[in-house]
Amino acid sequence: MEAALRRGKLTPMRQADRALSIAIAVSPALVILILAGPVIAGLAGTLLPAFGFFPVLGGDSFNLDGYTMLFAEPGIWMSVWLSLFTGLAATAISLVVVILAIAAGTGTRAFAWLTRMISPLLAVPHAAAAFGFLFLFSPSGFLSRLMSPELTGWTQPPDILIPNDPMGFSLILGLALKEIPFLLLMALAAASQIKIAQSRQLIASFGYGRIAGFLIGIWPQLYRRMRLPVFAVLAFSTTVVDVAAILGPTNPAPLVIRLVGWINDPDLSMRFIASSGAVVLVLLTLTAILLWTGLERAGSVLMRRQSGRGQRFARDALAQKLSLIVATLTCVIVLTGLLLLGLWSIAGLWQFPHAIPSQLTMRSWMSALPQMGGPLWTTIAVACLSTGISLALVVLVLQRASETKREARAGQWLIYMPLIVPQASFLFGLQLLVLGSPFAVSVPMLVLVHMVFVLPYVMLSLGDPWRGFDQRYEQIAFGLGQSRWNVFWKIRLAMLLRPILTAFAVGFAVSAGLYLPTVLIGAGRLPTITTEAVALASGGNRRAIGVYAFMQTLLPFVAFSLAMLVPTLLFVNRRAMRH
Amino acid sequence: MVKEHHFSEPWDQIVKRLLSALLVAISLTPPAFAGDPDPSNWPSVLEEAKGQTVYWNAWGGAENINAYIAWAGAEIEKCCGVKLIHVKLDDTANAVAKVVAEKAVGKSEAGSVDLIWINGENFASMKRQGLLMAAGWAEKLPNRKHVDVKGKPTVRTDFTIPVEGLESPWGMAKLVFFHDSARTKAEDLPKSARELVDWAEKNPGRFSYPQPPDFIGSSFLKQVLSETIADPAKLLKPVNEAMFVADTNPMFELLDRLQPNLWRQGKTYPNNYPDMKRLMNDGELDIAFSFNPADATAGIEAGELPDTVRSFTFPGGTLGNTHFVAIPYNATAKAGAMVLANFLISPQAQARKQDPKVWGDPTVLDINALPEADKAAFAALDLGIATLRPEQLGKALDEPHPGWMERVETEWKRRYGAAN
Amino acid sequence: MREGLSLENIVIALGGKQLLAINAHVGKGDVLTVMGPSGAGKSTLLAYIGGFLDPAFDASGKVLVDGIDLTGLPAGERHAGILFQDPLLFPHMSVGGNLAFALPAAYKGWIFRRRRCEMALGNIGLDGYFDRDPDTLSGGQRARVALARVLLSDPRTLLLDEPFSKLDAELRAQMRQLVFTKARDRGLPVLMVTHDPSDAEAAGGQVLRIG
Repeated sequence: MEAALRRGKLTPMRQADRALSIAIAVSPALVILILAGPVIAGLAGTLLPAFGFFPVLGGDSFNLDGYTMLFAEPGIWMSVWLSLFTGLAATAISLVVVILAIAAGTGTRAFAWLTRMISPLLAVPHAAAAFGFLFLFSPSGFLSRLMSPELTGWTQPPDILIPNDPMGFSLILGLALKEIPFLLLMALAAASQIKIAQSRQLIASFGYGRIAGFLIGIWPQLYRRMRLPVFAVLAFSTTVVDVAAILGPTNPAPLVIRLVGWINDPDLSMRFIASSGAVVLVLLTLTAILLWTGLERAGSVLMRRQSGRGQRFARDALAQKLSLIVATLTCVIVLTGLLLLGLWSIAGLWQFPHAIPSQLTMRSWMSALPQMGGPLWTTIAVACLSTGISLALVVLVLQRASETKREARAGQWLIYMPLIVPQASFLFGLQLLVLGSPFAVSVPMLVLVHMVFVLPYVMLSLGDPWRGFDQRYEQIAFGLGQSRWNVFWKIRLAMLLRPILTAFAVGFAVSAGLYLPTVLIGAGRLPTITTEAVALASGGNRRAIGVYAFMQTLLPFVAFSLAMLVPTLLFVNRRAMRH
Repeated sequence: MVKEHHFSEPWDQIVKRLLSALLVAISLTPPAFAGDPDPSNWPSVLEEAKGQTVYWNAWGGAENINAYIAWAGAEIEKCCGVKLIHVKLDDTANAVAKVVAEKAVGKSEAGSVDLIWINGENFASMKRQGLLMAAGWAEKLPNRKHVDVKGKPTVRTDFTIPVEGLESPWGMAKLVFFHDSARTKAEDLPKSARELVDWAEKNPGRFSYPQPPDFIGSSFLKQVLSETIADPAKLLKPVNEAMFVADTNPMFELLDRLQPNLWRQGKTYPNNYPDMKRLMNDGELDIAFSFNPADATAGIEAGELPDTVRSFTFPGGTLGNTHFVAIPYNATAKAGAMVLANFLISPQAQARKQDPKVWGDPTVLDINALPEADKAAFAALDLGIATLRPEQLGKALDEPHPGWMERVETEWKRRYGAAN
Repeated sequence: MREGLSLENIVIALGGKQLLAINAHVGKGDVLTVMGPSGAGKSTLLAYIGGFLDPAFDASGKVLVDGIDLTGLPAGERHAGILFQDPLLFPHMSVGGNLAFALPAAYKGWIFRRRRCEMALGNIGLDGYFDRDPDTLSGGQRARVALARVLLSDPRTLLLDEPFSKLDAELRAQMRQLVFTKARDRGLPVLMVTHDPSDAEAAGGQVLRIG
């Protein structure tokens, strides 16, 4: 009797199941369309002019003139070298710090603090971190003020070339500051999938030191799982615009900075140089990745040889401490930088070598706040929409992958394509396409473009927790007679609420921080906090920068806080849901 | 610029056609209709403007200017129902590039830029490429009658290029130098570009200029050029390539001498004027310069400079010019943009703009010809402690033809653009 | 119609290689134990019956319970309750929530449903545990809740996947006793896969060796 009752009630559930199945089935195609479409179209729009073809500008034959002009630019090779060098160095340094921190740290109190700091650090936009770095370390910066004139004897700031040093060292450090928390998050996500603690005990029982044991026993499996994020960091570091503009060398500047300059040049013939430069930038990123894979090879050979030798490196207490200190220092630098931004936003006259401002004033806030409303709402709306839709698609795609138990390799690379292909290279072409389309500049269009960048990060952030989910929970739920819809919502999504919200916060932070796509596609008509911040930053006014960088940090910070708070409140009495 | 390399026909033709289709045919909208609003029929312009939203693309790097633009927006919304949105640029060239890109895909109406704050090279470039709305509109604005056309010739020729009513004047600019009287004594200050280079030799690392092609940085080069060229009349005409090296030789000799004594040995430069102002406040630079004679006072007011900063100019004269607003040929809200441009040259708006507590940008109006009440408003302005009186500002040198700028910038980049 | 669980001509293969072939029948309240080394495809068989077999496998054959063919039904409609070696209580629900989630929707009324779950808790000696966080329970308590949960869902058959292998000796005996008694009382056909001969012994039914 009960069985009959059960079967009679199934129809609406079956409909929901069917809708879910269809959504899951079409999701990969949708994602490919959304991601690959703009990138490929944009690249086409860049490639054609790069080879002389741009009919409206009178370029109607294939030629290499763009390249001839490009390589005739003074200091162009230096620019290329700078991009390559700073990108590789920043990635390598960040990765080494992350490796050592995990190797030395896991289980220690300092490391627990570090992992708690990840989210707030991720919330800090790159530009804000760079400005903080600038306010801290420039010759007239906070550190120099603290020590002057008592310790240094400086009554005037020293004429030292930091930041903007010609070799890009300050740029490298500034980039590393922001990449370390990101890589740490990725490493922790990957680590949750392999049984680190058990492997550790095993390796320790052979008498290996903490760091050496980690490097030999655990790192290779961990690294395999975080290669893509590392490539993304590498591509990002070689082609980032805002940080390079703030901290990078200026004379000559890294390639991407010059590229943006050519794109914005009112002299039309510069478009050919710009397009050629964009192609060179793509090649440059590929070269960086190639060189990196070379480094990977060399590293793994070295490691194998070393582990074959069987040295234990058991006495590494000092190395352990140092590793943790370096990692902690990066957090402290970013946070102090933020405090300085806040202080500058309310500073009156503040001259060298005074360590604190001589007056405080709310003037900058008073003049900025009334103008901030529109951009603030645009930022929030675009970030919520682009992240919300991306999250829904990512969840469906991941669900499909876990149902069919197949990870499409090609698909994975496609998803990360927007992170690897330099923004500047395809956005310019995309801008022409958007302009040429019959659609006016609108929020939906901006949302679509933001999704190109948000979706990969959401995928990156949610992929590991999703794949790490114990599917037996779902099998039990099916066995209990639950519909696919119920299992999906009440088991899978409910149990993954915390990583889902974290992924949302990551996506939100990415969207809120996007500059180039927002100005190029939004045509300046849809200003966000970030575009306003960059415009004001061009004025070099530290107070205004302080105000906007603070707001720029606040938004993602709220998102990350909610991502942490909501599950904690919902699962207040559920011990196993705390992480 | 682009040479032709002919591939074998007809394959070349086929490929070309396919690609044109891809790049161009996506979008060709019908050509613009000759329906631009006519400012000589002002009531109809006002009528058309009502309810329009004007996207004004203007450099957004200074809080006080942004605040002034926001004020202007509130005013024209009140009086004329025109909504103003300030598209804050980090570089005016971006707005030009936007219009260029729109023209490239054939978007000859409903463009994204309604008004641009512009002058000099950007104006010359837009005029040359036909990217500006029909000539003459600026001269037909109702408030045009207040503009000091006779006393301020740069209102009609922008960097030697005839304005022809393609842009409407907004403010005056004059190159002025600043120093901190607490650090540098007035009698030690240089009185010409040559003396400035001598001064830098005695005070290495204490002077710099924004990196060209920044507007202020390029202007500094032009100042040096104007002072050093044997025959200044040449600057009013396009560059004579054959003579370029000889003409600019004295300038580059001077810059070569300056180079090792620049801040950071010329390995890096300030980004722009505000950056230079910041460096001055931080004590990294002793001499800075700006195109707005009131900037020192405004900086003191804003707490960005110590109140010991004072202004000075060169007795032989410094560059002077006018900055304008222009309407692109494909603007969406042309009537609204005109209403705004007209408001910007109203005595009320100009007097507020000249107040150093607001911005301090000198007026383009003929104050003496204004009605008494407006004249009084200007007279009541306290120009401030660090601002030179108009008679102290000295002779204004003409801006060279834009061609000079381009050539000098290229040559500068070749010589100093890759310092390492 | 034949009562109980029938496995008719079940063949499971991976990449053209046959893993197992089974023909068997389990009567109501009886236990069929499938034994074999790990990797022999024991769990694969349960996945096939439960309806969540990895699509990489090729499988054929019919699974019938009381004459109803399960193979054509979606996993959620097969009502093949499953117990793993871990209790796998849903960590985001209370103990009672876990049970209420299992209780078929046909039982209406919040108070009635709650009472039914509390009764089930009483039956396993966990009176008053309804609002508890499952993570605060002992291993034995969790295992019992997991059993109560699967029984509350009115399953047609019970699938056990190495269900006792993680329990210590004393608990293991208790749980075996409890599971088999409850299944017999309900007349549920039980299919157990294990590599522990003592499990098979305790179950007392027929034993099938594979692999």
